[in-house]
Amino acid sequence: MLMDALLLQLGYNATLVAIGATLLGISAGVTGTFLFLRKRALVSDAISHATLPGVCIAFILMASFGGDGRNLIGLLLGSAASASAGLWCLNWLTRNTRLAEDAAIGSVLSVFFGFGIVLLTVIQTLGVGRQAGLEGFLLGSTAGMLWADAMVIAVGGAVTLLLILLIRRPMTLVAFDPEYAAARGLPVSKIDMAMMGLVMAVTVVGLKIVGLILIVALLIIPAVTARFWTERSDYVVLLAGLAGGLSAYVGAAMSASAPNLPTGPIIVLMSFALFLLSLLFAPNRGVLAAVLRHLRFQRRVHLRQGLLALAQGQPIYEKLTLRLLRRGGLVRADGVATSIGKARAAKALRDERRWAVVRSDHAHEAAAALYDGLRQIESVLTQDQITEIDRQIGGPKEVLA
Amino acid sequence: MSGEEFVPLSLTPLLIGIFAAVACALPGNFLLLRKQALIGDAISHVVLPGIVVAFLLTGAISAAPMMLGAAGAAVVAVVLIEAIRRLGRIEPGAAMGVVFTTMFAGGVLLLEQTDTSSVHLDVEHALYGNLESLIWLDATGWSSLLDPVALAYLPVELSRMALTLLAVSLFIAVFWRVLKISTFDEGFARTLGIRTNLLGLALVITAAVAAVAAFDAVGSIIVIAMFICPPAAARMMSNQLEGQVAWSVGFAVSSAVLGYVLAGYGPLWLGAQDAISAAGMIATVSGLMLAITARFGPCRNRSGAPVGV
Repeated sequence: MLMDALLLQLGYNATLVAIGATLLGISAGVTGTFLFLRKRALVSDAISHATLPGVCIAFILMASFGGDGRNLIGLLLGSAASASAGLWCLNWLTRNTRLAEDAAIGSVLSVFFGFGIVLLTVIQTLGVGRQAGLEGFLLGSTAGMLWADAMVIAVGGAVTLLLILLIRRPMTLVAFDPEYAAARGLPVSKIDMAMMGLVMAVTVVGLKIVGLILIVALLIIPAVTARFWTERSDYVVLLAGLAGGLSAYVGAAMSASAPNLPTGPIIVLMSFALFLLSLLFAPNRGVLAAVLRHLRFQRRVHLRQGLLALAQGQPIYEKLTLRLLRRGGLVRADGVATSIGKARAAKALRDERRWAVVRSDHAHEAAAALYDGLRQIESVLTQDQITEIDRQIGGPKEVLA
Repeated sequence: MSGEEFVPLSLTPLLIGIFAAVACALPGNFLLLRKQALIGDAISHVVLPGIVVAFLLTGAISAAPMMLGAAGAAVVAVVLIEAIRRLGRIEPGAAMGVVFTTMFAGGVLLLEQTDTSSVHLDVEHALYGNLESLIWLDATGWSSLLDPVALAYLPVELSRMALTLLAVSLFIAVFWRVLKISTFDEGFARTLGIRTNLLGLALVITAAVAAVAAFDAVGSIIVIAMFICPPAAARMMSNQLEGQVAWSVGFAVSSAVLGYVLAGYGPLWLGAQDAISAAGMIATVSGLMLAITARFGPCRNRSGAPVGV
């Protein structure tokens, strides 16, 4: 069943939903990346909550003019209008008052959402029929997606992607270094506004699929996921689009394959699964990589200390050190150094002496700064320099023990 | 308005609203100053899975396990946010966004999977709250306040919210000095030997307790709004922490009263029949107050100096 869904074999409607969701996931991932890099990820939360009153007002207006209150384009226009009002309030509060951005976000989202709920109850009491579709905007409802809805979402997603493609350079610059961008003569506030406009577009388009609370997840999670895998901003954007699209596609397919699996939450949980995988297993920035790095470092320190102890004829009690030395064939089972071990120990001790010379000599200041007790001296100095140092130290001595 | 109508229908929801608003606004002051204002938002989203899990485990709608579940979920969320922030070296806002949306999604999924929506635990109820339903049907008038029989049937939410408010106030009062120092100068607080990490955690847990109690009684929207709007409005009115907290309590109480009255009687004045959502109206009123203070408050500017002095 799931296989059928993944291969788009579950019929017309499920296919429509899957394609629409995937497009939305891609544009949300890509747009959210800029928001994340600009460190304003939670602005999307305010924007999404601020859409509710607009949806309700649009519904009331359309219904009172005798139309079908659930016309998707009308509702989307209404949500876009109230989301921009919320965004304006957010900007005004952060610029003209002493409130920090997080407080401004919180107040905008709670007040707009509260007002939206007031309007929802107004709609209930108005008694205009056919309001059923409206609750879908809170939590998303894809089951009833029509061809027209899918087209709105597809076109909206495609336009968003195109716009991002056009202004990605300035947006990246502003995200990483707004001061430099301003100094370069870029209109920073306008670019910020364009970015917010894109986020708003994605939010508004996404309302139908995942609902206004969970669209925030699609804007934030894929971007954070992608950030684990690369240090290059253009790759982050691409990977975020991929992660968003993949989780939306698989999520939509899974929700189509079984009853009682609401699309929005499943998509969010899918993207969280990708996030978790990245957090744990990404190279360099992942948890596993960090643990391995730590273990490797620990081994090097222990091995080095063990060799120095051998060279100076000190007894070794550390179990890990002994095990490492034995495994490397540097000591015998009874703790006596092998010939390789003696050679390596002599070398380690000699390197230590060489480093001591380097660190006390101002001529080697740059090299001395690299001393961390582990670095091979050959990786820092040339053979000539080492020979010169050796002349100061004197000839090699045999290691006892 | 006569007591016969007011006491059974409006007194208890009004009191519950006021208690909830103040209980959230008090810790909100500190969260706001510590730039953790969105913790309230995060908590109110993550308690949903906690409540659902508690319901699934006990199989009954009873207050204690649900509040435990919600509080547990709040703690899990705080720990998860911190873990993700540290392990992944992600900025706190994004880490919070990842955690609360995921946990909320999990909660919605659990709800749908287990078909608990039939038992008053539906998502909409949790989001909007239903302050109007917390009526005290056994009251007949003001005299009922002295009548032990009628008092026995007070909505449990009232006493629970009052207790929560008491606990929150106690926490703030007892730790006032250390909270103040560590909020404004964490480094200095640490040199005084104050365990700022522990204190910060205690503050968040207090906020979570207030949020969970209010969430159960009046829905999440009041929680989010009251954590932020009254303290933010109060911040425009005073440069002293004492003044800010006092103003915030004033704003919280007046938004609760005004919001409730507007929701209950506003439509009647406009000629409509039914009341509208009180929780939403309270949030709206608190936002209007914030808007007014943000425009005209004496301390609204970032410099901190009162305007025109």
